Amino acid sequence: MSVLVFIETKGKISKAAREAVTYGSKIGPTTVITYGDADAASLGSIGDNGATKVLVCRNLSEGNDQQLTKLITAAANNCGADVIIVSQDQLGKAVAPRVAASMEAGHVSGAIALPDTANGFIVKTNVFSGKAFANVSVSSSKKVISLLPNSISPESTGGNAEVEEFNTDLGSAGITVKEMKTQGEGVLLPEAELVVSAGRGLKGPENWGMVEDLANTLGAATACSRPVADIGWRPHHEHVGQTGVAIRPNLYIAAGISGAIQHLAGVNGSKTIVVINTDSEAPFFKAADYGIVGDAFEVLPKLNEAMRTFKASQN
Amino acid sequence: MKLLVCISKAPDTTSKISFTDGDTKFDENGVQYIVNPYDEWYALVRALELTEANGGTVTTITVGTAADDPTIRKALAIGATDAVRVDAEAKDPYFVAKQIAEYAKANNFDIILTGKETINYNGAQIGSMLAEMLDQPFVSLAQKLEVSGNTATLERDVPGGAEVIEVNTPFVLSAAKGMAEQRIPNMRGIMAARTKALNVIPAVETAELTSIVSYSMPAAKAECKYIDADSMTELVELLHNEAKVI
Ligand SMILES: Cc1cc2nc3c(=O)[nH]c(=O)nc-3n(C[C@H](O)[C@H](O)[C@H](O)COP(=O)(O)OP(=O)(O)OC[C@H]3O[C@@H](n4cnc5c(N)ncnc54)[C@H](O)[C@@H]3O)c2cc1C
Repeated sequence: MSVLVFIETKGKISKAAREAVTYGSKIGPTTVITYGDADAASLGSIGDNGATKVLVCRNLSEGNDQQLTKLITAAANNCGADVIIVSQDQLGKAVAPRVAASMEAGHVSGAIALPDTANGFIVKTNVFSGKAFANVSVSSSKKVISLLPNSISPESTGGNAEVEEFNTDLGSAGITVKEMKTQGEGVLLPEAELVVSAGRGLKGPENWGMVEDLANTLGAATACSRPVADIGWRPHHEHVGQTGVAIRPNLYIAAGISGAIQHLAGVNGSKTIVVINTDSEAPFFKAADYGIVGDAFEVLPKLNEAMRTFKASQN
Repeated sequence: MKLLVCISKAPDTTSKISFTDGDTKFDENGVQYIVNPYDEWYALVRALELTEANGGTVTTITVGTAADDPTIRKALAIGATDAVRVDAEAKDPYFVAKQIAEYAKANNFDIILTGKETINYNGAQIGSMLAEMLDQPFVSLAQKLEVSGNTATLERDVPGGAEVIEVNTPFVLSAAKGMAEQRIPNMRGIMAARTKALNVIPAVETAELTSIVSYSMPAAKAECKYIDADSMTELVELLHNEAKVI
């Protein structure tokens, strides 16, 4: 099976992009399609994750789903791809189904494992907001897979990919970005490997300093429960759970969050969960790997202190 | 303004998730269905606010069986003008998008709104596929929507910030948190919903490109290890040596 992987290569090539290329190369010979002005050396380095060739469209600087769909389908036809892989991030969510519709390809959303091709083409996906998995069989000859970040580790083969310019008629963008409001630096929640999160147990927005301090020490992103975002203590984009962002970090630290089923749905894909709660009966402890029954106002600063000592010893 | 809102049912968020028939079917026993929160709270309510302010109609569309009618009536009770149900089981996203696209092509809507994703399958596929089938722009994960004449202004969070987007109608959007506030239907709405039109139309023939062959549950978590509140150094140690996450 021949594979095409779409990735973004603006700035540093992301871990999610390298995961997608690794995933593709385990299915078959892999070509990458990307756009923008990344230099050839950096594009060639994608070969390290198993791609043999990188196609780059230089005539597009801002990705939008309508033009990228034209680009990806043209590239798929060009390299005769049977399987197209896209990372399930914000842009990927808008692009992949569109590519699938355009090619009449079956689309698998939220894949977390390699396809099982022993008997057809079956991909394991996350469903019910992470409470269960579904095995999705794709019957069409062309297939599009959206891969959830943190589902496979990027592998290094030591290879280098051949870089080729690829251009096609992209039509118009359809939408115009009028304004871009940038936020402060900080770690982006959906891609974060470490997350410190807090809930109503923190009593008020003025107490988030200790959450941010711990996040800074760890290089973690911050998150919160839904009521905290609803009352306006924290911005909406920090709200995790079934009706917020679903995340799968390596470490999720939850302070003053009860662990309601809707909250757990968005975080139960985390590798390791630490729960800090005054109430030993809080449901979150059932989903926790490590639990601390105690007051977040005391535990968070202590944990931060211990982390700082640890970090200092690492350097 | 002529708006179409895609409505799907979803198991209530507190539902116990389990499977039957050799793990090939979702066990609906005791499960309460609700309107998928993203469809209801954000897409439908914002569509209603826009037509209340500017005039126009809000039609809902659902691909489903008669079992979906109660959730469709709920959307009518909240205020939709009328509803369409394409009479078929919603199995594969391509199949569903195709049904809605066929209906939309024949009825020329200014804006088609979907929720960001359903909370059961989390596919986030229908809006994007629909836009491609209709050859229209798609604004995913929109958190604000204003319309003036045939120009719409939308806002959404993107990695590292937020974007303000302008797009001309017709277009498709998927609605995320921030776009509107949940509305509780009142008695008048519930009464009115009983007599509003729910038009059942046949499905158009379309290939199903994917199917779910089985389900499974995540492995049970090991027992939680409790650590004393005064022993944070021990926790850090465990996270480093045992969990290997720092
Ligand atoms: C349809 C629907 C969708 C929903 N979607 C989501 C979602 O996506 N995400 C989400 O988070 N919620 C969601 N909810 C809400 C969810 O049911 C809970 O109400 C919510 O998660 C509770 O937030 P919380 O844990 O911060 O607050 P609470 O439930 O009030 O819990 C506060 C916790 O803090 C503890 N505490 C108090 N003081 C301290 C202290 N000093 N130190 C340590 N611990 C302390 C308490 O023991 C308690 O366990 C949804 C609900 C519905 C109905």
